[in-house]
Amino acid sequence: MENILEVKNLNKKYDNFELKNVGFNLPKGMIMGFIGENGAGKTTTIKAILNIINNYSGKVKMFGLDNTKDEQKIKEDIGAVLDDMFFSEILTPKDIDKIMKGIYKNWDSVMFNNYLKEFSLPNNKVIKTFSRGMRKKLEIVTALSHHPKLLILDEPTSGLDPVARSEVIDIFQDFIQDDDCSILLSSHITTDLERIADYITFINDGEIVLSKTCDELLEQYGIVKCGEKEFKKIDKKDYIKYKKNAHEYDVLIENKKEFKKKYNVQVIDKITLDDLMVLMIKGVK
Amino acid sequence: MELIISNSSDVPIYEQIKEQIKTKIVTGELKAGVILPSIRTLAKDLRCSVITTKNAYEELEKEGYVYSIPSKGFYVSDISREIAREEQLNKIEALIDTAVEIAKLNNIEKKTIEQMLDILYEEDQ
Repeated sequence: MENILEVKNLNKKYDNFELKNVGFNLPKGMIMGFIGENGAGKTTTIKAILNIINNYSGKVKMFGLDNTKDEQKIKEDIGAVLDDMFFSEILTPKDIDKIMKGIYKNWDSVMFNNYLKEFSLPNNKVIKTFSRGMRKKLEIVTALSHHPKLLILDEPTSGLDPVARSEVIDIFQDFIQDDDCSILLSSHITTDLERIADYITFINDGEIVLSKTCDELLEQYGIVKCGEKEFKKIDKKDYIKYKKNAHEYDVLIENKKEFKKKYNVQVIDKITLDDLMVLMIKGVK
Repeated sequence: MELIISNSSDVPIYEQIKEQIKTKIVTGELKAGVILPSIRTLAKDLRCSVITTKNAYEELEKEGYVYSIPSKGFYVSDISREIAREEQLNKIEALIDTAVEIAKLNNIEKKTIEQMLDILYEEDQ
């Protein structure tokens, strides 16, 4: 499968935080969920991919092109939504339509206005009067309206209520009906991702902890719940991390099937992305 | 095509899709030669990932229930009903096997099991 996005050895140093050799690949036609706690490096990674921060090292390729050398060419085919609003508060959607027409060759006013209607966003009111959810929707709609091939979205569903989130997810799935199109989206609303993401990439403290297909992850990983006696019998190499709770141990394991063959434990729960994050971050080895 | 997918089930989503399509093929609801929805359409309709539907279709293909034509899609194979029925019977036999094993281990009479079966069958009707 061809990759639409390749990230290799990204490094970036801040005073109290650094990205360490961040790398992953996103194949064509797929949705990748980018997860991690706040401050783990999701936004920095996304900004490096988009080449809007300075002084990072590493290689980013999109559509086979370099993100710095071929920046102009690439930007036509990317739609991005960042966490911080980039529109001025005194603009109306109508103004945005005009501005974008001047920026993107493929800007599609008809599509943009249809989306505005679909999301009940008023065309002629200034953004200042918009709720947080409306702003987010406006940004997403704007990112989509020049027919990009790759959507890069930082927390696109945060601030949206469940109904709006569901609408947005429909749009994302519509978008990848074209198998040349892909989406990279960071989110901490992991239930959205569990369903629609093909791949999950998990970043913790500036490092990629894992990057796998979501199905593999949810099917193979598991949480063993057991008492101290049982826990002590588990070989260190057979679990990833564990967390000691008041009444039990939660033990994160990589392969439920293999584990069952080797150990006789009562409870192995299936995992959610939330569990995975908590155990990876809060658990110990 | 009606598919009912549970999010909270222990059975992985791709397997739920696979089994339900299989049933439809076995019962003749999906006829030989019929084209299945594309993996992307199905993913959108079921709100699951593309890889999930792809896995389901690929497994169905491996087991001979569907065949694919590159850049066209997946079609229902002309699987003989007998073969399909045979497979379902094998599955049932395996499950009964487990049940009988447990029964024997606990000295439960065959009659009790038969009664259970009767009740379960009636419940469904």
